[in-house]
Amino acid sequence: MAEQTRTITYRDAVKEGLREALQKDERVFLMGEDVGRYGGCFAVSGGLLDEFGPDRIRDTPLSESTFTGAGIGAALGGMRPIVEIMTVNFSLLALDQIMNNAATYLHMSGGLFNVPLVIRMATGGGKQLAAQHSHSLEGWYAHIPGIKVLSPATLEDARGMLWTALADPDPVLIFEPAVLYPMAGELAADAGAVEIDQAKILREGRDLTLISYGSCLHKCLEAAMSLAEEGIATEVIDLRTLRPLDETCFLNSVAKTHRALIVDEGWRSGSLAAEISARIMEQAFYQLDAPVERICSAEVPMPYARHMEEAALPQVMTIVETVRRMVHG
Amino acid sequence: MADFIMPSLGADMKEGLLVAWRVKPGDQVKHGDIIAEIETQKGLFEIEVFSTGVVGPLLVNPGPDKVPVGTVMTTISAGDELPSPARTSSEKRINISPAARRLADENHISIYDLKGSGPDGVIGLADVERVLTLAPPVAAPEVVKQTTDFKTGMRDAIAAAMSLSNREIPHYYLASDIDMSCALDWLEERNRQRSIRERLLPVVLPLKAVALALKKVPQLNAHWVDGKIQLKKDVHIGFAISLRGGGLLTPALHNVDQLSLDQLMAALSDLITRTRAGKLRGSEMTDAGITVTSLGDLGVRTVFGVIYPPQVGLVGLGRIAEQPWVEQGAVSARPVLTATLAADHRASDGHLGAQFLDAFTRILQEPAKL
Repeated sequence: MAEQTRTITYRDAVKEGLREALQKDERVFLMGEDVGRYGGCFAVSGGLLDEFGPDRIRDTPLSESTFTGAGIGAALGGMRPIVEIMTVNFSLLALDQIMNNAATYLHMSGGLFNVPLVIRMATGGGKQLAAQHSHSLEGWYAHIPGIKVLSPATLEDARGMLWTALADPDPVLIFEPAVLYPMAGELAADAGAVEIDQAKILREGRDLTLISYGSCLHKCLEAAMSLAEEGIATEVIDLRTLRPLDETCFLNSVAKTHRALIVDEGWRSGSLAAEISARIMEQAFYQLDAPVERICSAEVPMPYARHMEEAALPQVMTIVETVRRMVHG
Repeated sequence: MADFIMPSLGADMKEGLLVAWRVKPGDQVKHGDIIAEIETQKGLFEIEVFSTGVVGPLLVNPGPDKVPVGTVMTTISAGDELPSPARTSSEKRINISPAARRLADENHISIYDLKGSGPDGVIGLADVERVLTLAPPVAAPEVVKQTTDFKTGMRDAIAAAMSLSNREIPHYYLASDIDMSCALDWLEERNRQRSIRERLLPVVLPLKAVALALKKVPQLNAHWVDGKIQLKKDVHIGFAISLRGGGLLTPALHNVDQLSLDQLMAALSDLITRTRAGKLRGSEMTDAGITVTSLGDLGVRTVFGVIYPPQVGLVGLGRIAEQPWVEQGAVSARPVLTATLAADHRASDGHLGAQFLDAFTRILQEPAKL
């Protein structure tokens, strides 16, 4: 029997995940700027207020530090809050709460108080929202011990990571690439929770490993298709979880392909791409047939103009050209 | 000109399997260089060469046939007989990818003969693979896959050696209870000033004490060969190390009498790591003059040892546990170590064994001198 699927957008897949969590566990509630009456600034939570009422879909004042702190308090009090922060740029206002409180309480309390909090936020560029709404700072968060950092790039993960994150006893941050919300595709009718411990090989290949996450993953998949026509078989890895990193997956892949290119929308200096590159060098040095390379965003504030923004972000053509050079010299 | 023969890595070894040469004819070697890998029932060992010079033709090919101990495998001519064809470090550095370098090494292909097709002439995997497909099959890697089931092999080897020991060696046994309070107090004080990494484990104290006691009673640092005792000049102590998969090896710690306690601790950690990783050298399997076995960790009080031939003694260390101790009419609790000596009565008498244990005991009362 063929598996039943339906067409769905990334946005609606996230909403399905939210709805399921709200239905299954009465301790779950959603809180953030404009999540209720406005339906979410990216229209993810539209309709949920009517469905679940104002106690569980709560609009908050424009104060990320306050409502993230309230979320931490609620989590400590036994609730399972989902805090939505509009974009990763604004999350910096809540960084103190996230890093100094959520990530450290378990440690500071000698193991007495864990913080089962989930924070969702939109990330990344590509929507002409300019330099204060478009950055990709997941790599910064992946630096912090005490939290998990998830990067759902596929419909399955958009649908299924939330429930697993809520089941985690410690804080989990979920970064949803804003540019992916309208992406539509096929999703299994019975799609549900997914594991969040392992990276995934989305395409197998022998010549080079493309390691990516978030919106760049789709650029890698597109590049891989076009490279396949030239006879270059790339393996594409979706990291999925940025902290802790599933290094076994990419190290094994490099042992097979002997070449790795990391595509990361973050800025290059001190990036997650740098971390992955270092781990490959440390643990798979003798497997390498070429230096590990990285394609990252230009180190500039994200430009507003479309052509400038495109020039600043990793693009399919750059990936194709870099892979070609790495494989053929 | 010296012969390099299949070495005997223990009384129980009759033949060995040459797994791989680590040298080529014409290579310059010096005392202590690893020249070959040899597999015995007990595992894979790196074999050193004990002369300096140039490697002659390789007379034995790697397995699958076993080679009797004593067979000449190659010759080492004195260094000045032939000009060294070895490449010097002043030659141009070769640009080669790590993966390509490894593949070339594994297949004994000289990277100096490779042509790079990568950017700026870098040698890549493809360049090595091209040479490999062109090369005649005889040039294929001369490495034999592991052929012995070490677990059974190990058991067989231990069985052979211990049967020989119990059949031929008339053992006598002596035991002494040793007050370890001075030694442990001193150790605790010393460790207190150190980071955890630099701390000494208690076992290094009796190990060093055995070495110093052997300087006083050298007749126990010996081999019994062809009905005669052969005294050992250097103090190399075999240390019994159990393996995770079962079985044990007793590789030698070299020149223990000359090592500081820190050096001894480092040597011991290194030896244990290499033993468990199967990275021992041949000489470490043969040149111990005595063996120490420590089973105190498991709560054993007294070890009744079986001598590893051709050695003539084995020191057994039990646990260090608090026991009532009577001194000058008063009873107090002291940490007490029961040390035993199993010795070969052909090579020594109980009187000598007692002198050894007495020296060992006294040395442990003055830990600062260790």
